[in-house]
Amino acid sequence: MGKPKIATASLAGCFGCHMSLLDIDDRILKLVELVDFDKSPIDDIKKFSGRCLVGLIEGGCANEENVHNLKEFRKHCDILISVGDCAINGGLPAMRNVMPLKECLDEAYLNGPTVYNPEGIVPSDKELPLLLDKVYPCHHVVKIDYYLPGCPPSADTLWEALVALLNNKPLELPYELIKYD
Amino acid sequence: MSENISKIIKEVCEANNKDRTRLMDIVEAIQESVGCVSSDAMNLIAEEIGCHRVEVESVISFYAFLSKRPKGKVAIRLCNDSVDKMKGADEIAKAFEKELGIEVGQTTSDGKITLENTPCIGMCDQAPAALLNQVVAPSLTVEKVKAIVAGLQKDTDPSKISLGLGDGNNADSLVGSAVNNNIIKKGDVIFADNESGTGLKKAITLSPEEVVDMVKISNLRGRGGAGFPTGLKWQFTRAAQGDQKYIICNADEGEPGTFKDRVLLTEKFDLVFEGMTIAGYAIGATEGVLYLRGEYAYLRTFLEKKLKERRDASFLGKKVCGKDGFDFDIRIQMGAGAYICGEESALISSCEGLRGDPKTRPPFPAQRGYLAKPTSVNNVETFCSVTRILEKGADWFSDIGSVDSAGTKVLSISGACKNPGIYEYPFGAKIQDILKDAGAENTQAVLVGGPSGQFINPSEFSRSICFSDLATGGSMVVFDTKSDLLKVVEEYMEFFVEESCGYCTPCRAGNVLMKERLGYILAGRGEIADLAYLEDLGGTIKKASRCGLGQTSPNPILTTIKNFKPLYEKLMKKQEEGMQPSFDIKAALGDAERIAGRKSVIYTD
Repeated sequence: MGKPKIATASLAGCFGCHMSLLDIDDRILKLVELVDFDKSPIDDIKKFSGRCLVGLIEGGCANEENVHNLKEFRKHCDILISVGDCAINGGLPAMRNVMPLKECLDEAYLNGPTVYNPEGIVPSDKELPLLLDKVYPCHHVVKIDYYLPGCPPSADTLWEALVALLNNKPLELPYELIKYD
Repeated sequence: MSENISKIIKEVCEANNKDRTRLMDIVEAIQESVGCVSSDAMNLIAEEIGCHRVEVESVISFYAFLSKRPKGKVAIRLCNDSVDKMKGADEIAKAFEKELGIEVGQTTSDGKITLENTPCIGMCDQAPAALLNQVVAPSLTVEKVKAIVAGLQKDTDPSKISLGLGDGNNADSLVGSAVNNNIIKKGDVIFADNESGTGLKKAITLSPEEVVDMVKISNLRGRGGAGFPTGLKWQFTRAAQGDQKYIICNADEGEPGTFKDRVLLTEKFDLVFEGMTIAGYAIGATEGVLYLRGEYAYLRTFLEKKLKERRDASFLGKKVCGKDGFDFDIRIQMGAGAYICGEESALISSCEGLRGDPKTRPPFPAQRGYLAKPTSVNNVETFCSVTRILEKGADWFSDIGSVDSAGTKVLSISGACKNPGIYEYPFGAKIQDILKDAGAENTQAVLVGGPSGQFINPSEFSRSICFSDLATGGSMVVFDTKSDLLKVVEEYMEFFVEESCGYCTPCRAGNVLMKERLGYILAGRGEIADLAYLEDLGGTIKKASRCGLGQTSPNPILTTIKNFKPLYEKLMKKQEEGMQPSFDIKAALGDAERIAGRKSVIYTD
């Protein structure tokens, strides 16, 4: 039996959680001994090559492509983990949830004080995924198995969580890793 | 703000001795004469009574009947309770909208009439009903709506509209209301004939301790629903340290489907006032407060007159019944449309001129209640029973009813039955017998104790009304097989979301989440696991809320999951594994598709 596979995605996030994952520094060498990376921005594999043990999701769902991606992850991963505040709560992108989508687009492309858009075009190429009416946290779209909070969760948090999961051990995070003020 | 309005505000504050604790009376008086309590008015009130402006604003924004912005000269408040809807309230709302040319929530362009919804106004036996300012318009029909609107357009004084007169004291010139009592079954305690003053005269021949003992021996328990032993409450209040003590009568019956206190106050006011006076004697209080819900303001003048008559007869005032050292008087405190104020500590907050926020217990009101003094808060019906106990004896009373529940219970029965109205039964009466008396047929469910109580199914109709089985504050709503029960449950959850004071997060946010999840289930996007989620969340709300509202608000959902599970299961469909059925991608993309003028290529129909 080969190594278990892990996949990651950044949906409506800032890639900060992925940066945090890279912050495990030289432990990444240990990680590649433990797992193979499948679909992930880290190795730039675009399509699932098969079933994965763990999927790490950064970011919530802001558009239809995010939803599609997230559902693909759910279909291919045994264990799905929401990583970081955007995946768990919607995070900063969800600040737009207090206003209708139309107002949001108008502010961004037509009425904002720094907008220069003499032709008044709101981007709507068919290649662009359509936005959702609001930003949804991942567990509102698919079932999520675990949550790792933080903005971003620290490298140590991610490392401890992955190691515990891969060794089938309970996760014991020291207080410093789960305090956020 | 005009000088005239400033003058009115100053006069009102002056008339209330610039007393900050009487803020409710002050703002209610200003609201009534000026039509709103504007931002400027709040500043002036705060200045006059010496408090912060925010304290005034917190009161104005809390109570449904107070408003910062001007409303029409007459506010039409349509009761949108489930019973009213069962009796055609939606049709009545449409008729008002059509006649007035506005929607619910709006004011006519001439500023004369505002149309809005309000939760249960205590008229379920004569639903659909509405309030026209303080005037009650019961048993509405489309024809009556037309006549009411035509009348109000001519003259905005709703008291000039002829709505007819109801039975009993409703026809008294000081009430002058079309409301009916609908007393259908009289029992031996409350609705039996009695002579005013007998109980009180008996009480003053005893020592206060003996009166407390008598109430204890009678096994009288609180009639508001919780059933705390009245004698014990009095004993604690009597024993508590305090130079001043208070008696409060809770006449803020806001539980949807309850209207017994309205009828007791209309017909049995003497029993109520006398019970309060006896309590004053027993506890050592010199002041009583009747907290009357804003919806029953039409009874106020009448009740004030009855209080005056009792003063004239020496049943109230200095040296009550000539008894040296026993002074007791009662004032009426008006509520302003807040369900939470039926909770005793919230009611006390309201009497103190605050938002109707519940207080943290302990200390209980018996130790530290109204104005931080020992206070006994009892239900209207409890006081009625007290008067009869003093008159007829503790043994007489404890012999009526069942083993753990002495006396009788006055029920307000409404909904799908031929004879909605007031019924007085000895405790222990069985639901099936009550339904038969009320003329209920094809009954699907009975809501005992209002939405904070429980929905029971026909297999439980042999259960009985008493504290050890089905405890109730008196509300009983019957639903027949035509009712969409879960839709009703959703309406009650909406009610609790609206009425939560917002202090405890589990109640403020949890009820929203419960209603939302129920909404998914009703929309066919639920799954069986949702029921466990609802039970779990409901349990948290009950456990982690500090007052009775949060402790009971999940009940409509929890008791229907328990007693009507097939209704939920019927709505569950097979869902895609791993996905959240509550998420509706087509709905989430609707806005973007409309704005972009193209359809999603990923999620096609």
